[in-house]
Amino acid sequence: MSEQELEAEFERKIANDQKIEPKDWMPEKYRKTHIRQISQHAHSEIVGMLPEGNWITRAPSLRRKVALLAKVQDEAGHGLYLYSACETLGVSREELYDQLHSGEAKYSSIFNYPTVTWADMGAIGWLVDGAAIINQVPLTATSYGPYARAMVRVCKEESFHQRQGFEIMMTLANGTPEQKAMAQDALNRWWWPSLMMLGPTDAESVHTEQSMKWKLKRKTNDELRQQFVDQTVPQAELIGLTIPDPDLKWNEETKRYDFGEMDWDEFWQVVKGHGPCNKVRMDARRNAWSKGEWVRDAAMAYAEKQELKLETAV
Amino acid sequence: MLMNNLVQYIYGIADNALILGQRLGELCGHGPNLEVDIAMTNITLDLLGQTRSYYQYAADIIGGDATEDTLAFLRSEREYKNVLLVEQPNTDFAYSIGRQFLFDAFHLLLLQQLQYSQDETLAAIAKKSIKEVSYHQRFSSDWIKRLGDGTEESHQRIQNAINDLWTFTDELFYQTDADKAMVSEGIGVDVTLLKPEFHAHVAAVLEEATLQVPDMKYFQKGGKQGIHSEHMGYLLADLQYMQRTFPNMNW
Repeated sequence: MSEQELEAEFERKIANDQKIEPKDWMPEKYRKTHIRQISQHAHSEIVGMLPEGNWITRAPSLRRKVALLAKVQDEAGHGLYLYSACETLGVSREELYDQLHSGEAKYSSIFNYPTVTWADMGAIGWLVDGAAIINQVPLTATSYGPYARAMVRVCKEESFHQRQGFEIMMTLANGTPEQKAMAQDALNRWWWPSLMMLGPTDAESVHTEQSMKWKLKRKTNDELRQQFVDQTVPQAELIGLTIPDPDLKWNEETKRYDFGEMDWDEFWQVVKGHGPCNKVRMDARRNAWSKGEWVRDAAMAYAEKQELKLETAV
Repeated sequence: MLMNNLVQYIYGIADNALILGQRLGELCGHGPNLEVDIAMTNITLDLLGQTRSYYQYAADIIGGDATEDTLAFLRSEREYKNVLLVEQPNTDFAYSIGRQFLFDAFHLLLLQQLQYSQDETLAAIAKKSIKEVSYHQRFSSDWIKRLGDGTEESHQRIQNAINDLWTFTDELFYQTDADKAMVSEGIGVDVTLLKPEFHAHVAAVLEEATLQVPDMKYFQKGGKQGIHSEHMGYLLADLQYMQRTFPNMNW
């Protein structure tokens, strides 16, 4: 088949909601876009282990400690599926790590905020995982098969984490005045960064049009953000917490919430690598990788020796 | 008196699981690769699950307001009865694996006997935990071999770690008065009897890993009597911070 015929066949599959599989022909730009998006997603899972990992040794009860560990373990698992999905596009995990460590590849800007109190574990589960789910559920139907299948499993676990996070917030909000204040403070700090997770406004989003065509995206950033606000405000009210937005109000006509303007200077500052924890997070990842080098070398050398032993035994 | 001895005996087992779990929890997200991160977190989860079962049982025996959390978060350093080995820091991956390997070798032998305890609850917890600890032992032994028989650097690092940690192994077989009382009731395990099998197993794995069994005459003990290393206070400061700062709250 000629390139044109291949392209036509590819377009036809996408239009018919057929999955593109690793061995299928795909345009180079499709492959590159998917490597970028899937790897960013994988990196986000891995970097995302750090802000929550920060509270494992200090969790306030054994039950919460176990739940937090299980959650962080799930995230590592998500990272693993996503790197595997990405590798089906012909890139190695080592190359992807190099891109992360060199700063060439991005990860979700939300993980550049510090977790300063226990309530942040609740806010992250409720808001951050909540925003992630809104982004990710449509991806279960995206055109690239391995990514779509990874997302089915990821979304199931994320929904569970979100409920767990909300439950932490609810417990705090119903607790002592100190606990309620701790929950409100966490909501105040995580609200806007969570809205920012849904990306720049439609006018500034460079990949939206192409991503819509490939079904990597079904709704625009602004539509997703509206959905997040509409879903989250009643949850905050339910547990007696206040959304830190003086412009937030119910709109009778649209039957949706109107909300205030985001601080886009802050958004771009964090995205460009100058948020509160960008350096700390990257240093932690690079450190783990470089300190682990002798361990990975040992595993490799051992595997080679074992293989040699097997060969000589035969 | 029997009750008190039983509680002290449970601490002697459960505190090991909690403190080792706390140490492993520090590593989450900082492992040499993703697979090791997942495996170590998994081991941490198992150990904390076991801790909860033991503490819930001890809290029932103590009665009153005692819960698994009061036992974990409101006991002082002098009241903790874990062995010194498990509180040793994560100096590097070799120390973390060396500590795990030495503890797993002991832990599995202990549980294999504890499952025959006259105390049904302890026997049941031991039975459930054996499956988990067999997995831990496979993981840590495999890594001892990889590091020992890997590169020159890894060989040296794991040998150093084993040499340094060896001084804490003898305490594993030390018996407190509570231990002795529980052994005589048919509830506790006589750990002194586990020593030969421990040494045989450890020596076999080290040999396969091309490592030397340390030749050492001087050992450290004290943890089982609540006299810990200087690491322990910091470890508990982290562990107990929330409950100490915000007492009597539900989380």
